[in-house]
Amino acid sequence: MKSGGFLQSTAVGFGRALSRALMSEEVAHRSGLLQSLDPRVRVIGLFALVLAVTLSRKLTVVLMLFLAAGMIAAFSRVSIATLARRVWLVVLAFTGLIALPAIFITPGTPIATFAGGSVRITAQGVATALLLLARVETAATFTTLLILCTPWAHVLKALRSFRMPQEAIAMLAMTHRYIFLLVETAGQMLESRQSRTVGRLPGAEQRRMTARTVGVVLSKSIALSNDVYLAMQSRGFRGEVRILSGFRMRSWDYVGLLVFLCAATIAVWIGR
Amino acid sequence: MHIPDGYLSPSTCATLYAAAIAGWYVALKRVKRLLLSRVVPLISVFAAFAFVVMMFNLPLPGGTTGHALGVTIAAIVLGPSGAVLAISIALAIQALFFGDGGISTLGANCFNMAIVGSLVAYGSYRLIAAGSSIASKRRIAAAAIAGYFAANAAALVAAIEFGIQPVLFHDAAGTPLYAPYPLSVALPAMLIGHLTFAGLAEAVISAGLVAYLQVADPTLLQRTSGTPAENAPATLCAAVNSPRRLWIAVALLMLLTPLGILAAGKAWGEWSPSEFSRTAPPSQIASATIGPAARAPAGMQRLANLWTAPFPAYAPAFVKSAAFGYLLSAMFGVGFLLALSLLAQQYLERRRATRYSG
Repeated sequence: MKSGGFLQSTAVGFGRALSRALMSEEVAHRSGLLQSLDPRVRVIGLFALVLAVTLSRKLTVVLMLFLAAGMIAAFSRVSIATLARRVWLVVLAFTGLIALPAIFITPGTPIATFAGGSVRITAQGVATALLLLARVETAATFTTLLILCTPWAHVLKALRSFRMPQEAIAMLAMTHRYIFLLVETAGQMLESRQSRTVGRLPGAEQRRMTARTVGVVLSKSIALSNDVYLAMQSRGFRGEVRILSGFRMRSWDYVGLLVFLCAATIAVWIGR
Repeated sequence: MHIPDGYLSPSTCATLYAAAIAGWYVALKRVKRLLLSRVVPLISVFAAFAFVVMMFNLPLPGGTTGHALGVTIAAIVLGPSGAVLAISIALAIQALFFGDGGISTLGANCFNMAIVGSLVAYGSYRLIAAGSSIASKRRIAAAAIAGYFAANAAALVAAIEFGIQPVLFHDAAGTPLYAPYPLSVALPAMLIGHLTFAGLAEAVISAGLVAYLQVADPTLLQRTSGTPAENAPATLCAAVNSPRRLWIAVALLMLLTPLGILAAGKAWGEWSPSEFSRTAPPSQIASATIGPAARAPAGMQRLANLWTAPFPAYAPAFVKSAAFGYLLSAMFGVGFLLALSLLAQQYLERRRATRYSG
């Protein structure tokens, strides 16, 4: 491995996270089906569909839900290519790799044998691998649709309206904000280190360098938390978190909620 | 180790959400005692830091790279309660904003990494580093071992969650409905990866960070060091519960011990050799063995008399009432453990006093 390889790959990872976040903001502001619904309906509806996917025991039902996810994506102006690149191919590679041996090692009725009968594919193995793959693909698609079509601030407001503790909401909001600051800080440190690194560094030195970089990020984080604390105090913060909630349900939102819940219930009923 | 949606059954997810909620409740209650206005920014920024740590590609011996969890350094700097909250927040943002890890499995992921990971990391670090000074090399080793243990403990719990799925959730044809591998496959598959790479990554980053902090900012290590310090900052873990509640809970549990005798039958797997020789052995034994069990296995018979308990079947010989016997055994057991812990505490305090006076 090149000495700068691990620096480069970490910096690329940081860049990817930032670009994904920017993309979510852009998609969330398009006019589409999901974007037109109240954020609370989106959160409840897509969570219900994820639950339905998990509860369904039949492959056909999970595939129907996958089709529904694709249609919701199309009507919400989320590109299928984006979903394929961001979700489907990643899940196919990861879960596919995990599910593949199940085809051979799950006990059951053999449907094909190889190497003189020592390797066999079972019907139960194929069924469990396909079910797992379909379920993970579908649930991940619904989750990604929620992430892409709902600004983070709206997700938090929706969670707050479901009586989630205010402290937890405040921490989620602040963490989200400072992730980007720290990612940018760490990215700049790695970039500057990479530009000063010539030749191949020994493995132990690479580890020391990474630990030092993370250590500096930690010191900066603690200093930042002190600054934030003082800034909050100077603005009158005394531990009580207040979050504005300006959502109002319209008839269209009720229709959307009803459709989501009915679809989830029917899927659970048929797939039980 | 981030379990996506679909790998665990809804009932497993619900159980682990319940366990995680209990952990969050206790952790939040403990850190709130410090000062809520201080806790919110501290936990938030630390959660952001943990998120960044998880993204670092760490060069490992052998030329490969791995990702750390950040749970060990969180437990060392913030204490277990702060670490539980910070890592849970980081995991929630990964799931809800970046789609890494499932929504239905968020409870499981938080339970495995934030709760089990933090507790194992904190316990191992405190145990190994006990009595050492902040600048001691033992703290670096303690952080490395704690990191290794924490990552592997989290992986072990995740492997158990995967491994019980095909046993508990399958259809009539025997098709597993969720994670398809039994414990015999899930345990080695998860642990091999973590014993070699992920555990090592956590060990390397934790040790490196503690070594860095010993030089750059030792006050951050003071909070969970267990050593006295002048002008020490308020700790997240120093608020110790009033022991009264603990005593009440212990007394209540002791009073409830005779409840066990209400249960019918014998607990599964707790059979004695004599139960095999009965004319009608317990149905559990019969169903757990192939064909009716005529006599106890030879190994069981050989080892059964290796140790004779002072209170066999939770009742000393002179006690005739089973319920009173249970109560007496509970009192004896609690008393014995208390005496042991008091002796251990006395020994550690004496050792610490000798170290600081010298």
